[in-house]
Amino acid sequence: MALLSKKDSKLLKDPLLDNNPITIQVLGICSALAITAELKASIVMTVSVLFVMGVGNVVISLMRNIIPSKIRIIVQLVVVASLVIIVDQVLKAFAYELSKTLSVFVGLIITNCIIMGRFEAFALGNGPYRSFLDGIGNAAGYGFILILVGFFRELLGSGTLLGISVLGDPIAKTGLYAIGYENNGFMLLSPMALIVVGLIIWVQRARNKDLIED
Amino acid sequence: MSLKSKLHEIKESFKGKKMAPAFNALHTFLYTPNEVTHNGTHIKAVDDLKRTMNTVIIALVPCLIFGIFNAGYQHYLAQGMIEAADGFLGASFWTWDNFEIGAWTILPLVVVSYGVGLLVEFIFAVIKGHEVEEGYLVTGMLVPLIVPVDIPLWMLAVAVVFGVVIGKEVFGGTGMNILNPALTIRAFLFFAYPTWMSGDKVWVHGAVERDQMIAAGQTNLDAISGETILGTYAQNGVTNYDYWDMFWGIIPGSVGETSKFLIIIGAAFLIFSKIGSWRIMLSTVIGALAMGLIFNAVVDAGIITESSKFYGLMDVPFWQHLIIGSILFGAVYMATDPVSAAQTNKGKWIYGFLIGFISIMIRVFNPAYPEGVFLAILLMNVFAPTIDHYVVQGNVKKRMKRLKVKAA
Repeated sequence: MALLSKKDSKLLKDPLLDNNPITIQVLGICSALAITAELKASIVMTVSVLFVMGVGNVVISLMRNIIPSKIRIIVQLVVVASLVIIVDQVLKAFAYELSKTLSVFVGLIITNCIIMGRFEAFALGNGPYRSFLDGIGNAAGYGFILILVGFFRELLGSGTLLGISVLGDPIAKTGLYAIGYENNGFMLLSPMALIVVGLIIWVQRARNKDLIED
Repeated sequence: MSLKSKLHEIKESFKGKKMAPAFNALHTFLYTPNEVTHNGTHIKAVDDLKRTMNTVIIALVPCLIFGIFNAGYQHYLAQGMIEAADGFLGASFWTWDNFEIGAWTILPLVVVSYGVGLLVEFIFAVIKGHEVEEGYLVTGMLVPLIVPVDIPLWMLAVAVVFGVVIGKEVFGGTGMNILNPALTIRAFLFFAYPTWMSGDKVWVHGAVERDQMIAAGQTNLDAISGETILGTYAQNGVTNYDYWDMFWGIIPGSVGETSKFLIIIGAAFLIFSKIGSWRIMLSTVIGALAMGLIFNAVVDAGIITESSKFYGLMDVPFWQHLIIGSILFGAVYMATDPVSAAQTNKGKWIYGFLIGFISIMIRVFNPAYPEGVFLAILLMNVFAPTIDHYVVQGNVKKRMKRLKVKAA
């Protein structure tokens, strides 16, 4: 027997590719541009959002029948904010340097449109288990793009991956640098992140023609 | 059997196949096709896209040839091996030695620019199944003229791929681009590899190499360098080039933009052949002069004094802004690109004026980007459709008003 029913696994898989929150719904772009210059930051951001969205969706789903619809946005904000504060405090306690790099962007998870979007569109109308899957799925789809963009930007921009130099030493001129290769400084600037996201969207739509809008 | 009929035969044999556009393009680059339409009355115009492009290329050739000689001249001059040339026809300028070293450094740039750019165009034409467009012909010629002489060829290749794909093909190819592709390529190089695009080492052939050899411990060499005039002024320095050197173009700079004399000849040719818009060229110059005058007035009023870091460039007499840096090259060959410029006549005046105005503003206020012309043109490329929209709307409004007056 499969671990998940077909319907449930669709919740997990769809946001990864064919309904990706970044490349298809074009949500959460700001953080995708801002923090992806390093792969490490992308990964930490992904984990944080996985936590906030998974737990947040469950909490909202459990409360969905008692939240008055007039103040539901406020309630959702309170839930996200509490979860984000937890993430922020954990980061400050265990990865202080990294939390300084991510600085304001962890706090800005609160305003990440993907999270509010999933609360509104899914958690308010579905049970906690399915909401959990949906939250994890969407966060994973978001994180997938983040890590992909982070990978290319760090590799081409700084010649490193997770801070380890993989193309040689640019100052001592070893590895690729010995034959004249140089890091692409443009990769570290936000506009290039937008272009990389654009290229991913391009590849994705070229592979799956159903995604092309007229 | 002539070359033409042979090409035609090859083309016919590929008809309907995937590679057809590539062979069609080869044929039509060289000859007028044999095919004629059969029905109806036709108006024949000779100034098709290919003719337009070729005219601009002809206007650019003098700049390229001058650039080749200048590259060699600057190289030898910086090493102290030749005397400074005396004016445009100076004896030490038009020499075989200068040409040889210049050709070895600059022709590869041209080859890479065309080779890579046309390859990308061919690939896109084959994938999309349309004819190869001629748009790259001018871009490919402009690109080597707006980069420093010693730019590594692989960087140029990467930038050309980026510029053609992101600057043009994603918008739908020639005629659909928002930004000028040649400037997109330069902007990419500028932000990706700033060490090769600015500073005092990149403008003279061999300077960077020399530096690296000295750093590696070869002490029998002297460092050579050549700061551009803009770079010198930006550091409040005094340049030892006189105005005629700047006008004739025997100064360090990007490959093709130094000779204002040849650019003016090219401009005259473009205006005479009605390919380039004189409105844009003139208004860009006016815009630059206006900004220059404003800065001069600010200095005269004593608001900016010699202690300011802006003083050097603000104090430049306003007319001199035209002969230092590449504002003229930008105005004549870049701003007039018919695709990315404003289309309406009134719009062209506004578009050109703002290019000149903003270029000088960037030049003075941002010492990190002394050459702000390409940024100004790219910025105005983005705004060109908006300018056109308001010009057209303004016209509509005016006519509506006239109609109402008549009716009343």
